[in-house]
Amino acid sequence: MSLRSPLGRVLGLGSAKDGTGHWWAQRVSSIGLLLLGTWFLLSLLQLESFTYPSVAAFVAEPWNAILMILMVGTIAYHSKLGIQVVIEDYVSGSALKISMLLLSSFAHVLVAFAAAYSILMISLGAGA
Amino acid sequence: MSNQNRPQSPHFTIYRWPLSMTLSILHRMTGVALSVGLIALMVWLLAIASGETAYVELQGQVQTIYGRLLLIGWSFAFFFHLSNGVRHLVWDTGAGFEKSQAQISSYLVIISTVVLTLAYWLAL
Repeated sequence: MSLRSPLGRVLGLGSAKDGTGHWWAQRVSSIGLLLLGTWFLLSLLQLESFTYPSVAAFVAEPWNAILMILMVGTIAYHSKLGIQVVIEDYVSGSALKISMLLLSSFAHVLVAFAAAYSILMISLGAGA
Repeated sequence: MSNQNRPQSPHFTIYRWPLSMTLSILHRMTGVALSVGLIALMVWLLAIASGETAYVELQGQVQTIYGRLLLIGWSFAFFFHLSNGVRHLVWDTGAGFEKSQAQISSYLVIISTVVLTLAYWLAL
């Protein structure tokens, strides 16, 4: 006889108070990055040069800007999940651990938004 | 729970070091390195958004020997994390857990990383 409640069974949460959500999100974002990262590196190969006009024109292209924003967001998400585990594994003491987890979360959101905003500036500025 | 004298179970120092353990550690290390790489990507995008002066200044830094070494290091980290990440996705299906298979996939990851990194820089 199981002592678990039907709700507990459905949620799939054990004593860790956490389910497979983190693991699953890491896999889904990894497949996204497999595609977006490959696209980005192949695109860089096709650039005729890394001079300012060439690079700015590349980022300004609508589909390039859209995919780059998606890529930067997915990298930040995947990275946030990964760094979270590293902190949980190596930092002991809940005050320091929670502080570092918070700092990491905020830093990832900051970097993602700064990168996305830059892409929008390059892309929208080019049309003006 | 702070008794330092408790006996410890045999830790990794007692085993002959397997290749897959090196790759496991490298996966985490390259992951952290690539997280720092995201900051570099952001700086690159901010420089382009700031205009030609800022971009040329950053290009000057990238052209130095340190800049090039960093880029090569990040590309190596990317291709390793990608190759070993695919290995993890295969493991997630329940396949490839036998010792001999893990040994073979370790070598495949190393070969793939070296080939992809070299091929990328030769193609660039």
